[in-house]
Amino acid sequence: MSDLIHRSAAELGALIASGETSAVEVARAHLERIAAVDGEIHAFLHVDDETVLAQARAVDERRAAGEELGPLAGVPIAHKDVFTTADMPTTAGSRILEGWRPPYDATVTARLRRAGLVILGKTNMDEFAMGSSTENSAYGPTRNPWDRTRIPGGSSGGSSAAVAAYQAPLSTGTDTGGSIRQPAAVTGIVGMKPTYGGASRYGMIAFASSLDTPGPFARNVLDAALLQEAFSGHDPMDSTSIDQPVPPVVEAARRADVAGMTVGVVKEFGGEGYQPGVLARFNEAVELLESLGAKVVEVSCPNFSYALPAYYLIAPSECSSNLARFDAMRYGLRVGDDGTRSAEEVMALTRAEGFGDEVKRRIMLGTYALSSGYYDAYYGKAQQVRTLIARDFEAAFERVDVLVSPTTPTTAFPIGERADDPMAMYLADLCTIPSNLTGNAAISVPCGLADEDGLPVGLQIMAPVLGDDRAYRVGAAVEKALEDRWGGPLLAKAPKLEADR
Amino acid sequence: MSAITRDEVAHLARLSRLALGDDELDHLAAQLDQIISAVARVQEVAAEDIPPTSHALPLTNVYRSDENRPSLTPEQALSGAPAAEDQRFRVPRILGEEA
Repeated sequence: MSDLIHRSAAELGALIASGETSAVEVARAHLERIAAVDGEIHAFLHVDDETVLAQARAVDERRAAGEELGPLAGVPIAHKDVFTTADMPTTAGSRILEGWRPPYDATVTARLRRAGLVILGKTNMDEFAMGSSTENSAYGPTRNPWDRTRIPGGSSGGSSAAVAAYQAPLSTGTDTGGSIRQPAAVTGIVGMKPTYGGASRYGMIAFASSLDTPGPFARNVLDAALLQEAFSGHDPMDSTSIDQPVPPVVEAARRADVAGMTVGVVKEFGGEGYQPGVLARFNEAVELLESLGAKVVEVSCPNFSYALPAYYLIAPSECSSNLARFDAMRYGLRVGDDGTRSAEEVMALTRAEGFGDEVKRRIMLGTYALSSGYYDAYYGKAQQVRTLIARDFEAAFERVDVLVSPTTPTTAFPIGERADDPMAMYLADLCTIPSNLTGNAAISVPCGLADEDGLPVGLQIMAPVLGDDRAYRVGAAVEKALEDRWGGPLLAKAPKLEADR
Repeated sequence: MSAITRDEVAHLARLSRLALGDDELDHLAAQLDQIISAVARVQEVAAEDIPPTSHALPLTNVYRSDENRPSLTPEQALSGAPAAEDQRFRVPRILGEEA
């Protein structure tokens, strides 16, 4: 049943529920796939076959015992290594947490288990989710299944690559400045950043707490909605999680029509710095939306051009505070404790050895932005910009139902090209950052291949806070129309991996 | 003029509890200078009367009743410790010799 790996999550759930296959068989097929291709992709940091098969057997037993299970019961998932898992190591891509076994499950992890999802393993990521290429992992880069010399996006690059390489039908990610949408765009899959607070951050290793948002990756819009629904909802363990019902995302993904909706094109996202092939596919997607019955208008969001600098003050400031917990005392690495050094010296040595370059840059940048004498000019100003961006969104959503833009200005860039050029790397998140600053929902769906390089382009659809269903509705409509045109999903056009030749 | 001097970067490293070598400080100083010059663009925004936003959602403090709940055992809490002794985290000395 090797074709099990090409099925959607919804199909797999139905096949398992009807007894045509079992969770164990589906898990085995995906473990075989991982064994065959992860040498060339390196999506996973940890896979343990026995743990996986034990989870799958438990789901089959729950079903056999007559338990009522959800639509994703028995479906395998790749889990970003930023979520704690009591039965698997959790490193957040950092040397400082190498081999750490958390004593508890994150709420998202616990909800995946409750829904009967089978966790295949932990996926590679930029260290502490800081980066746009997964090159900042302490455990080596992940490779883009479309072209293994290129990045799979980041920070959730292991999760995007795993789904694009058919190692898993679903994966989890976290999005602080674009870390789900950008990897989804450059690997030709679907990635959603839900409304901030829509799912719990409990047990999700913190980068920037006012921005960090867990979300789903999938090969189609409906699967992403099913996964979001499975792990979302209020959690008393996270005081910032929203105490309201999850928006009707699955229904919206099934509805898949845009008739009567007004779509705003963000004027500021285009022009210089954008790859022509990205803009060409984006413009075609806008025309498609119009042909499907949406009204399209141009919208100006003048303060969006300040979102990137504001983000690179706010996120590092929060990170410098959050990463103070890595103090070499309670968990993780400890270096230089030879009896002669003080705790503070051991702490500084450990952090210098345990953190990579990008993490150090951001901790120091945040320390600078928060230090006395600079606070008003940097962090204070950035917080005011955050207000102005929220006002731009408010004004826009008075006129339109959703806003659209390219997800990222370019297609996947070559590994190494921006690795030691932080400002060039930061530009990858130009279009995704505004939604993080204001907590909006936003999705990326594939909209074609750029002419220059034949690599995937993503369409970003931004919706208001708690308007997640609107993003899914429009994303599903675009997906349906484009797949009709292409005769199948975009991913079917990806070149074969070595293992498939 | 640079936005940040190498001495300031060395001071930031101390504040950040990062024991960085000279080469690393040189490398980071140049990059931080470039980043700080770029993010200083936020100062162009006329925002005199604009209130700051620290969080995406309007939040109020959340209270819960003070009840015992299940928690980690000492063994679980210490399971990741670099060093432990008598159900406690063992740490290097925290006071200087003169104290």
